[in-house]
Amino acid sequence: MSTIKCDIVTVERQVYSDEVDMVVAPGIMGTLGILPRHAPLITALQEGELRLKKGDEEEIFAVSGGYIEVRPDRVIIMADTAEHADEIDEARAEAARRRAEQLLKEKPPDIDRAAIEGALRRSRVRLKVARKRRRRARPQERIEE
Amino acid sequence: MATAREIKRRIRSVENIGQITRAMEAVAASKMKRAQDQVLSTRAYAQKAWEVLTHLASQRVADEAMHPLLQIRPVNNIGLVLITSDRGLCGAFNHNMIRRALEFIEAAEGATVQLITVGRTGRNFMLRLGQPIVAEFSNLPAAPGLTDITPIARVAINGFLNGQFDLVCLAYTDFITTLTQRPAIKRLLPIRPMELGTQAMAEYVEDVRPTPVGEYIYEPDPHTILDEVLPRFTELQVYQAVLESIASEHSARMVAMRNATESAAELVEELTLSFNKARQQAITREIMDIAGGAEAMAQARAAAQ
Repeated sequence: MSTIKCDIVTVERQVYSDEVDMVVAPGIMGTLGILPRHAPLITALQEGELRLKKGDEEEIFAVSGGYIEVRPDRVIIMADTAEHADEIDEARAEAARRRAEQLLKEKPPDIDRAAIEGALRRSRVRLKVARKRRRRARPQERIEE
Repeated sequence: MATAREIKRRIRSVENIGQITRAMEAVAASKMKRAQDQVLSTRAYAQKAWEVLTHLASQRVADEAMHPLLQIRPVNNIGLVLITSDRGLCGAFNHNMIRRALEFIEAAEGATVQLITVGRTGRNFMLRLGQPIVAEFSNLPAAPGLTDITPIARVAINGFLNGQFDLVCLAYTDFITTLTQRPAIKRLLPIRPMELGTQAMAEYVEDVRPTPVGEYIYEPDPHTILDEVLPRFTELQVYQAVLESIASEHSARMVAMRNATESAAELVEELTLSFNKARQQAITREIMDIAGGAEAMAQARAAAQ
């Protein structure tokens, strides 16, 4: 089976670069599955989880906004932020979610509201991605921890 | 001439200063390395963002009329983002940058230049000269993240969009080597996708002509994509300029501190010489006193006999 070159970059660093079998990305118009030899496409991203399938393995990232360029032989994801599931600090994400929910309850002015809602969505995505990783961890690995 | 004790005290204080400047040199060197690494790690994104942009341009999507950030207008008002350091003790770093900015302002005949200052030194200087400042940012963290500079980019973008500026330039110190930094002024807005050389980020990007891959599908439409790409691209350039300036600042400080350390060592040498002279003189004087005293006693003894 052919593969497709996938790069994930943020302004601050290159997050990932490898050949993968399939990319599943949170496009602004809905989730996209991208296989090799996909038609050229450029679309914006929304907050969500980005999955890369490679053989039996799957890498999961939490991304928040940005855009993606697809060419037949490569996918470039230019994310505002991108974190691998293993990098996410679950406690911090949880704290961020609570804070955002709390702030929303206080009925902020409109401008703040959009920003807080964005923060809330981001923290929810991060939590979701972090929990997936935990479920995936095999029992013996967890004993070793 | 100063006494030996006074000189000794001076030697000690000069030595202390030398130790401090040596430590400051080491600190600046490590901070410089960090800023350099940071700016290099933006390279991957810069390259790819530029490729997307040229793609869009080559498809006649990023046309001048397509997005307000690409709009070329007659230049009456210029916004200049002046990046200097918050702190001093870094040689001619700020002075060179400010001088370059003043030359720019002078050369902009007809057009008025309004400043967005980043860093305390530039702000203070321009305030004293009475130059119009529309926004100022200082106390950036030592290793700023993208979110720290977003507000700077926002002021530039909003100013350009609402017609306050027809052209926005970045004035920053370009890090070339540890020993050379060059103040530079480059265009930030409007973005011109076909002219890489005049763009602030030029040195991070290879100007690859896009490989034709046929028609792109734009979801939802090209305009929305440009809306995503262009502001981020602008932020990226401000970010790179800030990091370049930080790397330059630290390397300028490193060199300044190294010179100070060397001067301190020289001074210590000179002082040690005069200390030795003073000591020698004191000893000679004492010996003469003793010898004189002994002589006097010998004469007195001789007279008594």
